[in-house]
Amino acid sequence: MTTTTIAPAQVEVEAPAEQYKGQNVPRKEDRRLVQGQGVFVDDVKRHGMGYIHFVRSPYAHAHISSIDVSKAEEIGGVYGTLTGEEVAVLTDPFFQISSVPGANLKDFALAVGKVRYVGEAIVAVVAETRELARDASELVEIEYEPITPITDARQALATDAPSIHEDAGGNLMWEGTYEWGDLDAAFAEADKIVKIDELHFHRFNSTPLETNGALVEYNRGTGQWTIHTNNQFPGFAAIMMGPAMRTGLDKLRFVTQDIGGGFGNKITSHPQLVACCLLARKLGRAVQWTEWRTDFHSSMSHGNERWFQDTEVAVKNDGTLLGFRTKALDDAGAWLRYEPLGGVIWAQVTPGMYRWRHIRLEFTQVATNKAPVSPNRGYSRMQHLWFTERIIDIVAQELELDPVEIRKRNYIRTEEMPYETPNGCVYDSGDYAKMLDLGLDLIGWDEREARRAEAASRGKLLGVGIGSTLDSGTNNFGQSRMINPELQFSGNNEVATVKLDIFGEIVVTLGTTPQGQGHETTAAQVVADILKCSWEDVHVRAGHDSYWNSHAGFSGTYASQFAVTGLSAVKGATDMLAAEIKKLASAVFGGVPEEALELAEGTVRIKDNPDAALPFMACGAIINANNAGLPEDLGVTLNCRYVYRPPFEVPDVEKKFGNLTLTYAAQVHVAVVEVDPETGYYDIVDYAAVDDCGKRINPQIVEGQVMGATAQALGAVVHEQFVYDEDGNLLTPNFYDYHVPHALDMPPLKTGNIESPSPFTALGTKGMGEGGGAGIHAVCAAVQDALRAHGGAIVADSANPYHKVWDMLRHPEETKKLVSVVDA
Amino acid sequence: MEAGTVSSARSISVTINGTTYEREVEARKLLVHFIRDDLDLTGSHIGCDTGNCGACSVIVDGTLVKSCMMLAVQADGSTVETVEGLADGEELSKLQQAFSSHHALQCGYCTPGMLMSATALLRSNPKPSEDEIKKGLQGNICRCTGYWNIFAAVKAASSE
Repeated sequence: MTTTTIAPAQVEVEAPAEQYKGQNVPRKEDRRLVQGQGVFVDDVKRHGMGYIHFVRSPYAHAHISSIDVSKAEEIGGVYGTLTGEEVAVLTDPFFQISSVPGANLKDFALAVGKVRYVGEAIVAVVAETRELARDASELVEIEYEPITPITDARQALATDAPSIHEDAGGNLMWEGTYEWGDLDAAFAEADKIVKIDELHFHRFNSTPLETNGALVEYNRGTGQWTIHTNNQFPGFAAIMMGPAMRTGLDKLRFVTQDIGGGFGNKITSHPQLVACCLLARKLGRAVQWTEWRTDFHSSMSHGNERWFQDTEVAVKNDGTLLGFRTKALDDAGAWLRYEPLGGVIWAQVTPGMYRWRHIRLEFTQVATNKAPVSPNRGYSRMQHLWFTERIIDIVAQELELDPVEIRKRNYIRTEEMPYETPNGCVYDSGDYAKMLDLGLDLIGWDEREARRAEAASRGKLLGVGIGSTLDSGTNNFGQSRMINPELQFSGNNEVATVKLDIFGEIVVTLGTTPQGQGHETTAAQVVADILKCSWEDVHVRAGHDSYWNSHAGFSGTYASQFAVTGLSAVKGATDMLAAEIKKLASAVFGGVPEEALELAEGTVRIKDNPDAALPFMACGAIINANNAGLPEDLGVTLNCRYVYRPPFEVPDVEKKFGNLTLTYAAQVHVAVVEVDPETGYYDIVDYAAVDDCGKRINPQIVEGQVMGATAQALGAVVHEQFVYDEDGNLLTPNFYDYHVPHALDMPPLKTGNIESPSPFTALGTKGMGEGGGAGIHAVCAAVQDALRAHGGAIVADSANPYHKVWDMLRHPEETKKLVSVVDA
Repeated sequence: MEAGTVSSARSISVTINGTTYEREVEARKLLVHFIRDDLDLTGSHIGCDTGNCGACSVIVDGTLVKSCMMLAVQADGSTVETVEGLADGEELSKLQQAFSSHHALQCGYCTPGMLMSATALLRSNPKPSEDEIKKGLQGNICRCTGYWNIFAAVKAASSE
């Protein structure tokens, strides 16, 4: 192994004998949620509020020649409207993350002068009822001059392609070349070069059941907006909104309680939130926006669609992988709302789980006339990990290597951990081969040929496939400088406060915005272990409120990090509180040294004389309400705020080298499918998901995340797809046409886990929850394995609905021709 | 048109979780909007607008209904059960308890509808097989759990 100064220092993982950490304590959130007493954004109401309906573009690409809202405004019960023209006067364009040409985009809350995708918001109408707002929207008259749309990223850079963003001088948004190692030497050393002309990762997202929304109030006296919303990354929204609205962040108060799923898809609602803020101010009343399902599908946060072109893989005859080169073409859709960060986020997992050291990837991101892409569970790494897994199984098929053997030969080994990847990421811990063995055992790998024969006797093609992935967590935002060296972001942070109140209440506030991950519960477990009290006595405030002062610039719930950032903040604040409790007791006990004190059973007491105990209630009362006579310099507030900051350096922007996340959880999934060669229909008949996210604070919650990520991956690979026609119409704008898995779609599931504690985190935890799309990779591999006996098609697309499998069965040559092998 | 007055307004009377509500509603108002917006019973959720997701499932006169697929005026004179009526005071129903102990919910957005569907299922079939549980819940979408723990929770509640 090599070492680097960028590797974080290792910390000792504490392991007290009795603790709540590691136990399946029941979730604190559940009691309200099973009674319908959660508070989701659409549940928040204000007297006299107006309902917002957005008028959206029916064209994928058109100039707006005129907008007339007068007829809509004449209707009784309509409170007012907002147009792009007004927005362009009242706000500045959103800050762009990209360097040029993407940096030149002029992105506003509503379309200004031009529409760039079907579903783009042009006008907002506010009325007394939802129904009236929608009716009045029909009366808004907009005239368009249609322009030819671009719906295929591969056409976007053609010389005669219409320009989607004239400001950017074309459709190229961002490009960058990543190269590490010695490609020429690797290809010279290779015995075989496997060439793959084109692979395609399709467009979908996690479609949280609750759509985006907000209730926004404007306080004319203070000039402050209160934004009740389900945005899952208020820190990012604030950074986008404040400068655009020409206001300080103190004027933007974000409040959340319960969020009905996020999966990354609720990060980039800042344009709609700005429209809400402008309307609340303009109309002098609270305004409410709840996105319709079709509006979500047609405009929110599609996952990055990506093509991998001209891939070449350098391989030894024994299956040793030396390196690869490829061109990644990323379809950003119409706007760069969080992009082009996808152009670097993938690099967190550059080599996947494998030991190859020579890698070149030319990344190009283009605009198309489709909905903007933004983070989606597994953001950008999933696409890349699918690509590396496809390489493995295509190479294995072409060179007649065993898919297990080639993985084990090339997996990074447990004794090499912490392992520095070719681009400077430091994989903290793990044992991938052991996880694979566990997964194979769970589905009965040794009996697979017998099962294949049995399935064949029923006329079915059985296939087994492996998906090995990483869930890199706790971003080093310094990686954004590889996209744009001018950016002043780096590191990461999260905040928690823990206080002891008058009657001994232990009250915790978080900066995060959980969407079902059980933060109230796991935070309570961590606090209780330190304060030596019951987790039930720890009150964790539900949701997020920027008035709590328990947030920082990167606060939110995204990118697999709570178990590291959030819980480290909780631990830090609780350690501070524990020290203060002892300090107070030392004074109260007349100078007993703090080392002679211990916390136990909700008290602070003298170790050698447990009867001399001060209950937490007394501590809280003394400091808050009975503090006369305490030493002047005591320095105890029993209200502790801690900001966790992970140990990161700014990456080397020139070499594109550095540790891009702090932890690297791993997943190995194994799928068994049976394909009907007559129809292309297939069933997933057996499935194993093995996870390693280091120390698990609440194993049941962790397993729930594993299950959810698995289900979303299976939905994506079999059913879910945002399909556009050549005119740029979305053909899957609701749950009729966009089929998400239902109860009857679920295969049998077996789960397994190992725990490789992270040496870089205070609790040994790793961020988890996104998964790496392992289910997509495993099913693609399983379908390809099944088809080996029936034409031997290559699975070249991440979307594999039944009709496409039928095509592969009928015309295997169509995908086989994408792959060739040459002697080096 | 005058604000708030609609010629199609009708007076309806609906009994929900034991309380009778009499209200004027627009003829086109959906039952789910009546329950959520007019009565402030916000436990029933909306996830799709098209009748696919089941987050708004309630029981109307003993029959499981997606309340976005029914007009409020159609519920005139009916008895409706929503998630808010499942617990007996502070005591959760077996099913609610089982959902918690089996981690059958994460964000909790689909949970009210899922609980109503499972309640209706267990009333008509107190000991469902796994396949019957899946069929009973096929009209409810959950994006967080993958359903496996929901199946386990319903199974556990049925065997108690």
